[in-house]
Amino acid sequence: MRFVTDLGEGLRIAFRALRASRMRAVLTTLGIVIGVTTVLLMITIILGLNKAVAGQFSFLGTNTLYVSRWSWFDDNWRAMLKRPVVKVELAERIREESQLAEAVSPWGDTERSVANRSNRLTRVRVMGVSEDYLVTNSIKLDLGRFISEDDVSHNRQVAVIGNGISEKLFDRVGPLDQRIDVGGHKFRVVGLNAKMGRFFGQDMDDFVLIPITAFTKRFARTGDVDIVVKAATAEQLGDLEWELRGIMRRLRKLGPLDPDDFGINSQSMIMNIYRQVTGSIYAGGIIIAFISLLVGGIGIMNIMLVSVTERTSEIGLRKALGARRWMVAWQFLLESAAICALGGIIGVVLAFAGSKVMNNFIPTSMPLWVVGFGVGFAALVGIFFGLYPSMKAARLSPIEALRQE
Amino acid sequence: MSTLSPNGHLIEMRDLVKIYKVGSEQVHALRGLNMAIGSNEYLAIMGPSGSGKSTLMNLIGCLDTPTSGDYYLAGENVARLSDGRLAEIRNQRIGFVFQTFNLLPRATALHNVELPLIYAGLKASVRHRRAKEALAVVGLEDRMHHRPNELSGGQRQRVAIARAIVTNPSIILADEPTGNLDTKTGAEIMKIFDQIYGAGNTIVLVTHEEDIARHTGRIVRLRDGQIESDEMRRA
Ligand SMILES: Nc1ncnc2c1ncn2[C@@H]1O[C@H](COP(=O)(O)OP(=O)(O)OP(=O)(O)O)[C@@H](O)[C@H]1O
Ligand SMILES: [Mg+2]
Repeated sequence: MRFVTDLGEGLRIAFRALRASRMRAVLTTLGIVIGVTTVLLMITIILGLNKAVAGQFSFLGTNTLYVSRWSWFDDNWRAMLKRPVVKVELAERIREESQLAEAVSPWGDTERSVANRSNRLTRVRVMGVSEDYLVTNSIKLDLGRFISEDDVSHNRQVAVIGNGISEKLFDRVGPLDQRIDVGGHKFRVVGLNAKMGRFFGQDMDDFVLIPITAFTKRFARTGDVDIVVKAATAEQLGDLEWELRGIMRRLRKLGPLDPDDFGINSQSMIMNIYRQVTGSIYAGGIIIAFISLLVGGIGIMNIMLVSVTERTSEIGLRKALGARRWMVAWQFLLESAAICALGGIIGVVLAFAGSKVMNNFIPTSMPLWVVGFGVGFAALVGIFFGLYPSMKAARLSPIEALRQE
Repeated sequence: MSTLSPNGHLIEMRDLVKIYKVGSEQVHALRGLNMAIGSNEYLAIMGPSGSGKSTLMNLIGCLDTPTSGDYYLAGENVARLSDGRLAEIRNQRIGFVFQTFNLLPRATALHNVELPLIYAGLKASVRHRRAKEALAVVGLEDRMHHRPNELSGGQRQRVAIARAIVTNPSIILADEPTGNLDTKTGAEIMKIFDQIYGAGNTIVLVTHEEDIARHTGRIVRLRDGQIESDEMRRA
């Protein structure tokens, strides 16, 4: 009870003193503002990225491995060029031999122009898949149907289009049964994919899915594709990778000492890259934040030291009237914390505005705890850098302090 | 010279010595002072500049501790108490009035008077009531929401007196309370002191002016850190 009244009184004293030196307080909070803004923007961006990445990995499918000619994060291109291509038929062999695979689909990927009579879109992502892609990549449709086994075996010129393509080509009419031109070949739209949204400023809905047979015939003459293999659970991914490696080595008739002549790729590789990227964002942000908070903190320390000097006789008076050392220290600590928290609040507002702007380029997310964290952290900086001036004030002898004019 | 009273006095000082160290030099501000002050006494300390008046007041007010000697305040030897305990004693037993008023410039009269009660840990409602009562004693209840720069010098000193009496201290100490005021205003301030004394308070004040000292019942003259004379007067 006693402490609560003291705290309330201390805060009131602190804010009274703050109001009296508004200009100085605002100037020295700048460092705090920059520091807090940086920290919060960084957290905001990374939280947003995390959320988006989790959502958008569905593009690659969850719990999937890609059996390919290329190892994704190997740059020994010359060696890999000597590898045999991965053919569509391999999907059938893997499906037969694997115990752990839940679904297997061939997958080809290219960029082509897509057009109808009125519009033409360049560099659209065109992917060749089989009916199993529905399972491997957890596809959801808004309209129509997915590519069927018949479409694949009969080499039909049909397509499932992304939401973005539909909006750009068919803004008035429904896309189903419309004809589109993909890389110079006519396709009929049979399905519309559910909206995926934006990722790194890129529309994830600009793509066209066609049967893998049509894809290899029209766009991949070498017949080089990837095979998407889905594990039942994330825990089985490791086992699946071993199994696939064994199957592939057997099919390719590799000796015990021969290196793999194929790649087994996974999202975890992308995840690792992603972690490196966010790691450097964190590192950079922390360095900037640390420096600006240090500058701000030293600024606060300075303003508080000036404040203590200017108010020496006030401190003397308070002590004469019975203020204990810790009460005087508390007053200046609170004042310092309050100034910094003020900077923290400004920083939160700026970071909020910044995250809104940045949302146009990369996804951001600012939950409430980030706001509390920003203000609380700033206050902690204030308390830390306010310690020395507060102790100095608390140790002043009352007569010395009172003698000051 | 008065004789030192045995225990039972509000204040008793024995062989009080205060030496200031300035660099390698020592300033003997008080040289073995013996004095007692009873309850409801009205006492003036006089003496030439540098004779140790303020030093003595600081010791009586527990703002400082003596280099040697004993100082009993209400039966407690405060000569060697901790900082924290001294702050508590100042808060509960002492009321200060300074020559330069020493009000918080940005706080209202009411808040200034409340200040010692804040440090006593009293609730806001109790503080308000008692601060208003103290302001009424000095005739400033209608100015309680004014800040010091909206008050005259005499009014400021009255706020300071209200602040000194608001805790019901054992003793009120005033170091040249009229030093910064003109004669007429000083006389008004002295009227308030007389009135407070009449209400049963103990007052010690330092002054250079015989006219001021004449209000009191006892005049102690210092010279060179020692008591030169200590005379009781008929009020
Ligand atoms: N903090 C201090 N440090 C060093 N010397 C001091 C200190 N305070 C007082 N003195 C010295 O002690 C002596 C007594 O000073 P004090 O202030 O008590 O005198 P005073 O009687 O109040 O004088 P005045 O009438 O001018 O106020 C003086 O010589 C003074 O210089
Ligand atoms: Mg003096």
